[in-house]
Amino acid sequence: MAIEVDGQSYETDEEGYLEDLNQWRPELGSAMAMADGAPLDENHWEVINFLREYYEEYQIAPAVRVLTKAIGKKLGKDKGTSKYLYELFPYGPAKQACKYAGLPKPTGCV
Amino acid sequence: MAKVDYEIPELKEYPVIPKLKKDAMAHSAPYVAKEKFQTPLGYAGELVDNWQEVAIAKMGELTNKYRSLSVFLDSCVKCGACTDKCHYYLGTTDPKNMPVARQDLFRNVYRRYFTLAGKLVPKLVGAQDLTEEVLDDWYTYFHQCSQCRRCSVYCPYGIDTAEISMAAREVMATVGKGQKYCNEIIGKAQTLGNNLGLPEPALADTLEGLEEDVEEETGVAVKFPLDKKGCDVLLITPSADFFAEPHVDGLIGYAKVFHESGVSWTMSSYASEAANFGMFIGSYENMRKLALRIREAAIELGCKRIVFGECGHAWRVAYSFLNTLAGPFDFLDPAYPVPQHICEFTHDLISKDKLNFDKSENDHMTLTFHDSCNVARASRMGDEAGGQFTLPRDIINATCNNFYDMPKHAIKEGTYCCGGGGGLLTDDLMELRVKGALPRMEALKNVTENNGVTHMAAICAICKSQFSKVLPYYGFEMDQIVSVHQLVSNAIILTKDEDSVTDNEAEADDAVAVA
Repeated sequence: MAIEVDGQSYETDEEGYLEDLNQWRPELGSAMAMADGAPLDENHWEVINFLREYYEEYQIAPAVRVLTKAIGKKLGKDKGTSKYLYELFPYGPAKQACKYAGLPKPTGCV
Repeated sequence: MAKVDYEIPELKEYPVIPKLKKDAMAHSAPYVAKEKFQTPLGYAGELVDNWQEVAIAKMGELTNKYRSLSVFLDSCVKCGACTDKCHYYLGTTDPKNMPVARQDLFRNVYRRYFTLAGKLVPKLVGAQDLTEEVLDDWYTYFHQCSQCRRCSVYCPYGIDTAEISMAAREVMATVGKGQKYCNEIIGKAQTLGNNLGLPEPALADTLEGLEEDVEEETGVAVKFPLDKKGCDVLLITPSADFFAEPHVDGLIGYAKVFHESGVSWTMSSYASEAANFGMFIGSYENMRKLALRIREAAIELGCKRIVFGECGHAWRVAYSFLNTLAGPFDFLDPAYPVPQHICEFTHDLISKDKLNFDKSENDHMTLTFHDSCNVARASRMGDEAGGQFTLPRDIINATCNNFYDMPKHAIKEGTYCCGGGGGLLTDDLMELRVKGALPRMEALKNVTENNGVTHMAAICAICKSQFSKVLPYYGFEMDQIVSVHQLVSNAIILTKDEDSVTDNEAEADDAVAVA
């Protein structure tokens, strides 16, 4: 599978996750979200940017609790909940947000 | 919750055996593993040219190696007792999801190549050539079995579809048609130590965060030790406990119990996974490699006991196979079970009156308990038959005021799978997962309406993730699933640190003096 942005084609796996993480740019995240019928706003980007920062340091997406805590610190306690994150990313914050952030899908019993 | 283009089954007041709908789930199959996920596990990267020959040779090897498998294949009398016992049949109405029909996909091929009658007069005995169409059917329908073994409870011969499904998956992986979800995960666990691919620094950071959170909430410095040498207990828990909700609330519960017990404990970054997906694909070799990591970690860290966290099939592998896979464990303390379940650990402390609870902390919930299939039907806990049913319920009753069991046909030996077990907890099988949850959702609805149940507790990472995902499809909320040790965590009264203990003792002394 592949996704096209600005005339360039990017390889993805069967589930739409980017194959080469180095190819990621914000436009790709937006295009993936548009393809899913849910355009990204600045709240989504707060989460996506945090995921990318965390990934850069730890080579893995943050645990849900780590993510909610970080978002709570940044955007206020009322937003530091998994309920808020599920509102933003109804398919699950870990999986859906990772996809838009160009990160691999979290695997396992999650 | 995502929008779907299939029908969500209707929840009825009591289970109804649905009318058959041929090929209702013929379209459902998980992604096939690519070469990069196949070869590290010792399998062909793609379907090999002589796949029929390889598959039949593998079938021969497996039926020779596992006497149980050949007995299961030979002994079915088509009595029909299993037909309505599978949650996937009840939820999908596809006749090939009747356990006997699923078994027959494999059995008919076995007959053709391994029995005299099948070799001579195949049509008379329902023997079937292994064609590409049959292989596709295997791939579709052996990935609609969660290996939960419910059917085997009702089979008069005890035929275990789980074992047949494991064998079929191993044959498929061998010829180059493995399943992506399982095989990618097994590769990660064999290299990074866990199914998530969580490296040590991320794990350490996550655990540090938990220490901060718990201390902030309780004022007590409960530790989450990692790679600490010379501890009594090595805790092996599913990596979902580090990552997901409500799993992590269970992990916090274990930590609080260890804290109160005074027993020193640690987790291992090398063996940071309890789950063993090698079992799901029927691969002894891959299952063994994962089990050996646990042995190596226990030796390296110098632990005396191994305790497993809340994970269903991990406990099956641990309870039933750990010793033969990775034993002998003669370096562990023989005074304790090898291995021990966290529920056994906690239950033991409760029965000795060593833990104090404020049950009212769980008064905002009315609980029921989902028996996880692998714990219920493939293992045991404690010293008595049925301990795997009584111990978790005893823990819930010790920590909660309000508990009701679901109807009898849906609990204990008869428990229904959550719908996502056996290596099927993947997004590409979401329709199957939603439909397969039907019998459990019906049972839950029953106690919701009759007893006011608000939450369901479980002791399996797969069950917890599966329910968080599928509960909303049936009108429930995703957070109605909780960990058993989350209930412990809520209710446990922690002993304050040394300063406060001294204060308390001083007060007690004063009291004595006054008296």
